[in-house]
Parts: sequence; C-alpha cells; structure tokens
Amino acid sequence: MDAIVHQFPPYRKDEAHHLQEAHGDHDYEHHDPGFWAKFIFSTDHKTIGIQYGFTALCFMLFGFFLMIMMRWQIAHPGTPVPVIGPLLEKVLGQVAAKGVISPELYNSFGAMHGTIMVFLGIVPLAFAAFGNYVVPLMIGAVDMAFPRVNMASYQAYFLGGLIMFVSFFIPGGAAQAGWTSYSPLATTIPTHGQLFWIIGMVLLISSSLLGAVNFIATIIQLRAPGMTWMRLPWFVWAQFVTAFLLLLAFPPLEAAAVMQLMDNVAHTSFFLPTGLAVGGQLANVSGGGSPLLWQHLFWFLGHPEVYVLILPAMGIVCEIIACNTRKPIWGYKSLVYSVLTIGFLSFIVWAHHMYLTGMGTKISTFFQATTMIISIPSVIILTCLFISLWGGSIRFNTPMLFALAFLPMFGIGGLTGLPLGFNVSDVHLHDTYYVIAHFHYVVAPGTIFALFAGIYYWFPKMTGRKMNEFWGGVHFWCSLIFMNLVFMPMFAQGMAGMLRRMADGGANYSAAVNARSGAEVIGGLSNDMMALHVWILWAAIALGIAQIPFIVNLFWSIAHGEKVGDNPWNATTLEWQTPTPPPHGNFIHTPTVYRGPYEYSVPGHATDFTPQNEPPVGAHAPQISTPAH
Amino acid sequence: MDIPYTVQPRPDTGIYNAKVGIWLFLASEVMLFGGLFSGYVLLRIGADRWPHGWLDVRFGTLNTIILALSAITTLLAWAACKVGQFGKFKFFHACTLLLALSFLSVKMYEYHDKWIHYEITLAEGTFADGHLVEKSADFDLAKKTGTVTLHGRIVNDENLLYDLRSQKDIKLDEVNVKAADIVKMENYGPWHNTFLAIYFTLTGLHALHILGGSIVIGYLWGPGSKMWKRDPERFTNRIEVSGLFWHFVDLVWIFLFPVLYLT
Repeated sequence: MDAIVHQFPPYRKDEAHHLQEAHGDHDYEHHDPGFWAKFIFSTDHKTIGIQYGFTALCFMLFGFFLMIMMRWQIAHPGTPVPVIGPLLEKVLGQVAAKGVISPELYNSFGAMHGTIMVFLGIVPLAFAAFGNYVVPLMIGAVDMAFPRVNMASYQAYFLGGLIMFVSFFIPGGAAQAGWTSYSPLATTIPTHGQLFWIIGMVLLISSSLLGAVNFIATIIQLRAPGMTWMRLPWFVWAQFVTAFLLLLAFPPLEAAAVMQLMDNVAHTSFFLPTGLAVGGQLANVSGGGSPLLWQHLFWFLGHPEVYVLILPAMGIVCEIIACNTRKPIWGYKSLVYSVLTIGFLSFIVWAHHMYLTGMGTKISTFFQATTMIISIPSVIILTCLFISLWGGSIRFNTPMLFALAFLPMFGIGGLTGLPLGFNVSDVHLHDTYYVIAHFHYVVAPGTIFALFAGIYYWFPKMTGRKMNEFWGGVHFWCSLIFMNLVFMPMFAQGMAGMLRRMADGGANYSAAVNARSGAEVIGGLSNDMMALHVWILWAAIALGIAQIPFIVNLFWSIAHGEKVGDNPWNATTLEWQTPTPPPHGNFIHTPTVYRGPYEYSVPGHATDFTPQNEPPVGAHAPQISTPAH
Repeated sequence: MDIPYTVQPRPDTGIYNAKVGIWLFLASEVMLFGGLFSGYVLLRIGADRWPHGWLDVRFGTLNTIILALSAITTLLAWAACKVGQFGKFKFFHACTLLLALSFLSVKMYEYHDKWIHYEITLAEGTFADGHLVEKSADFDLAKKTGTVTLHGRIVNDENLLYDLRSQKDIKLDEVNVKAADIVKMENYGPWHNTFLAIYFTLTGLHALHILGGSIVIGYLWGPGSKMWKRDPERFTNRIEVSGLFWHFVDLVWIFLFPVLYLT
C-alpha cells in the first residue's frame, strides 16, 4: 500500500511545474516516448480516450452524411443528388449511375447508417471515449487496470471500422440487410458486403469485450483509498453497469455472427429454413434452420445495447446537473439502485422487438410485462435528475444547456416507447416511421446532446482551455430546433402508416393504393404526409449546418480558447483535482477520498463546493483494509 | 507510474487485477457458448429429424479423459510454482501441452472421418452411404462418367441413416455407384444438415480455444518462463490465470460431450 499523503490542495503549483520540467528535460523514469508511442500506440487511458472520441466523431459525421443522402432520395425519389451526385457515381459506380441513389445503394446506406451510428459512433464515444478519459480520473486511479489491453481494444475497434468503411467500395457494395441483418435476407443478397459486415462486427464485439473487462476490473480494483462504492460519482456507476451489459450481451451476437458467417462461407443452414426460395427457385441448402434464432440472438444484444447507448449519457447529464445547480444530486441511492435494476432487467425484455414474428402470445405477454417494468427505474432516474433542478441556482453554460435539453428530449423518446412496448398497439406501429422517431429521440437529441454536453464540460480538463460559450450557444439552440423539426414529423408519418426502409419514401406504394381506390383512403399516404419528407430533408441539412460552429469551435479552442485553471467549473469530483491536462499517471499524489461526490453548497464551508479529497478538519486518512471476518 | 495490485491482492477485494479480468472474460465466454448452445436447442426442437449415433462415443470418451488429465496437470503445474519447484512445473505443463495436442489430433481424425463420409441420393430413390474408398479416374458428376466406390451400404429409407443407434449389426460392404445414377452427392460437412452445422461450429470454436490456450501455455512454458527468475510471484499468477482459462475450456467440453455424442 502506498503511503497516504495528507495534503490539500492535492499538489502545489510549483510541484506540478517541477514535475513537468523534469518530464521534458532528463527524467530517467519517464523519457519522452516519441510521436508514434505517444499518439498512435499509446497505453495511456487519456490518449486512448481521445483517440476513441476523435475516431467516433468522424464516424458519426460519416453516418450523418449517409443519412442526408438517404433523405434526399426519400424526398426526391429518382432525382440526382445535387453537388455530391457525380462524386458518388465516380466513387461507387453503377449503383449511383447519373448521381441517382439506386434502391440497392439506399439499402446499403440505411444498413450502414445504423451500424455506424450505433457501433462505430455512439458506443465508442459514450462508453469508450468518456469512460476511458474520465473514469480512472474520477476514481483516483493512475490508469486503467490493463493498459495494453486498452490499446488492443482501440486497435480492434479501428480495424473493425476500417473494414466497415472499405465495404462500400467492394463490388456489390456494403451490407444491405439493415443494421439488424435479419437472415435469410442477409445471407441471400448476392454481395460480399454482408461478409465484411460480419467480420467488422466480430472485431467491434471483441473490442467492446476487452474494454468492458478493463472498465469493470479498473472500477473494482483501482479505486483510491476512501473511494467506497457509495462515494462513486454516478457517472462511474452508469459506466460500470454499461460495461456489464457489453460484457454479457455482446457474446450471443458474436455467436450469431459466427453462425451467419458459417451460413455465408460454409453454406450451413443455421438461419435458412426448409423450402427457402431465392429468386423464385428452391435454394440449394440443407434447410432446417431457424430465422427466429437470429432475431432472438440479435435482440438479446440489441436491447441491452439501447441501455449501453443511454446509461453513459445519463451519467454525463447527472455530473453536469449536480455541478451547475450547485447542490447535491437528489436521490443518489435511488439512482444507483435504479441503474442496477435497469442493467438486470435489460436482459429480459429483448423479444418486444419481435411481437410480429408470430413467436406466440404467451411469450409476447411476458416480454410486454418486463418491458413495462423496466420503464419504472428509467422514470426514477429521470425524475431524480428533474427534482435535482428544484431550488438550485442554475448556471446556464453550454454543457448545462445540453444537459437540460436532454431531460425533455429523452422524456419524449422514452414515453413514445410505451405504445411500442404494448403488443396490441405495436401491431400498428411496428416498422413504421413512428419507431424511427421514437428511438432517434432517445439517441439523437437524447444521447448525442448528452455527449455534446460532456465534450463541452470536460474539454477544459483535456486542453486547459474552454470552448467558446457564444458559439456553443449557437450550436445548442440550432441543434435543438432542427433536431425536433427532423424527428417530430416522423411520429405523424408513422402513425399514418408510413413504413420504414422504403427507398422512395412510400411514393410508389402510396400512388398504387390511391389509384386503386380513386381517393386518399386508408392504406395510402396523404400528400401532406409525403410532403413532410421535403420538410425533414431541409431540417436535416440545417441540422448539419448547425454542427459547423461546433466543429470549428472544437479545433479552434484547442489553441485559442479562453485559458482556465484546473477546476474551471468549481466541481467536487476527483478529475478536477489533477494538473491540466493530467500527466501520465494522473495524480501527483494518490488522492484520498473523504466524502460523497456531490457536496455542493455545504452550510458553513468556505466555498460552495467541497472536493471529495479535501480532508475534513482533524480527520484521519481512510485506508484500504481487509474486512473483518 | 505503477498500477497497483498487479501482483498482490487488493486488501478489501482480496484479489489481484488479472484474476478479476480473467473471471470477467470467462463470464463473457459463458455467454458466447451459451448463445451457441441455445442455438443448438432451437435447431433441435425445430428439426424434422435429428441424427442419433453419428459420432463415435469411443473417441469422445477418449478426448474427455485427455482433457480431464490436462486439467489435473495444469493444477499440478500451478501448485509446483506455488511451492517453488520450477522443474516440476516444467514437467507438468509439458504434459498439459502434449495432452492438448493429443486432443486436437483425435479431433482432426474425427473431422476427417466426417469429411470422407458421403451420402449419395440415387436416381431410383435409394441412398448410398459410407466412407469414400476411391473415385475412378474418369469420375465426373457433371459429365456423368465414371464410378465412385464407398465402404458402406445402400438403404431404401433415408431415416435409417439418421438413427444408427436402434439398428443392430449394420453390415458395411464395398458399394459401387455409377455417376450416371447419382442425383445428389454430398459429404458429411457442415452443409449437410443442421446437426453437422452446429457440431462443426461448436467443436470448431472449442478447438480454437484449445489452440489459443495451448499457445499461451506454450509461451509460458517456453520463453515466458524467464519471468520465474525475476518475479516468481507474478509468474505464478500468470500460471493461475491461464489455468483458469484452461479449466473453462475443459468445462465446455464436459457439456459438449453429452450434448453431441450421447444424445
């Protein structure tokens, strides 16, 4: 056990300066590792976190670009994409002939938009990037428990992403069977894109597994002295549960991916039923497989995955709300037990994605019940965060704006999920734009807003400078308005019966139905509903433009932002009690924790925040000791 | 900068980092094989007919014994490290490695046995089934020339091929089949039916785990054992952690054997 140092502040300025000087000069212990070791093959959790974050943001931008292309095709079916159309034809060839997005290309873009946003964008950013950068700092650790495993995790992720990206340029193009890759469709489409998708997924899953093992081991083993479980910032709890979801929910999908790989390569029939016909002919397969098996295994991951997307976001929002209301978070224990309950329940709700598969009413009833039960802890979390605002003197800085917007936006996303969880109403809404609107409200103005909040909030710790507040505000208000303009109309479209995954946005379908009955009757889509496609397209383009201030602000502020100290937000948690940016090894002295994470505005204290590691007057340092038997 | 608890256990959790890591990893492995086993259950429930007696129980039993012995030698190797007897460690882990290789050899033989086993649907509605002896030089399915010789039998009902356990005294002979009479000829590869698909996938993934484990144990036995001189405690931990993985792989086989061979 290291000697415990009684000292507050945890280090002196001149001490940090001295350390940095030694670092650059002739320190025999920490010699300068050079560019490659420092930025590409780094084992430092902070560098890896930034690598993850940067890569994930790039993939998200790419996924957004795919979406704009798809929205153009839906709004103006069969017309060339302006400006980018010729480029698409040049790069992708026949599938984008004359700059028009063919239905095959639309399907590829749809499948890859989902895959990229979920597996290459949000999970790596929310879990891996923030988790890597912030969690070891928050618990007072020197690094992750297994730094080299951490590096391997990023490399597997990068390679998986590369394979997914390359698959666009192979003959036949990328996977076309949706991000869910339902078999037998996924196996019978004659392109190698699906093969690339599977191999990419196996790498991404392996990366997540390595990351999850590392996170859990770090949180269990490397907490600083005095950092008991109930003193962990709630963000750490959220990441802890998320890591368990990744650890236990991903392997069944890996199993399914192996089986689909066998179907593709070894011509097995895991998911191919007897009598399968392809192109009007009996397929040459042994048959006997079960398409439902794929769906079960996919959604066994797929539903916990939803909580992988949302829990880290909730964690970020919780930290920012506590700090910017200047008061303790309301119901810390309720939050902890709720997140644990969600983690457990999320493993037994998966088949609510499968009500229409004919798996049986008894099974549907079970999953309907568990789905309603899991909404309770989710509502508790949201309620705790709302009540935390009560009576606070709120600072409306950019991170707080995004965190505040998260609450109603996630609320809309969550509550619109209830009609999908009931199997009766789901019969009407399944596979419509209503579903798209629902989960995008959870993930886009929900999770992504929380991620923006996190970037604005922890940027000063990474760089020592703040991002520009004015342009942060512009970014926030434009994003908030246009997000809602994009997704709100989709609820109406979905309830009117517009199906997702139609390459022309339902134009042919609607025209055919309307022609037969001679009027706009049930089954066809009204012209108003079709016109909303154009509306959504322009809102989406505006949303894209609204991200420009963010991108410029992010890079500009690295060198030119307002310089700030180590703790610019006057926060209590440990990541703000280090030098900025934290050196290799993070803390000058091992921090010792004396209190919970949200001690804001403690009566009688000199400042309105009491850091976790500030020793109380006359206290003895706690030690990690063997529990009494 | 040193990461704490890499060798010594943390007092309040009573465990060192790598051990937490390996248990978590094994938990995910349980889910991986669990996914495949649930696939087995669903496929078998939905199957029109499920083969019985296709795998040779004698080889399965032999491999079970081999892995059980390797579990013992792994444990003894770790125990030898614990009491500081490096020579004994070297001996026991050499045994583990040899046993692992024997397991893979038996498995290879079994795979090969399925690979050369053909089922041929004949034009007259009967089925020839057996191990390939030889194909005539001019054998060509597409041109319908030549003959193929199997060591097996011809049956009228395909179901007889699926239930080998209830038939006593199956007589196997040399069977000559003309290419012109063949409607379909397929060996017992993973494409033949869902039983063979899940058999090859489950045992193949398991064999990959055996291979991976052998590489790790081989490294720790060979070049990795230099650590013994520098840091015997850390080295012993490594043997423990790799041993935990090895025991898990053994355990998977304990499930595979009855599920595939005995039912």
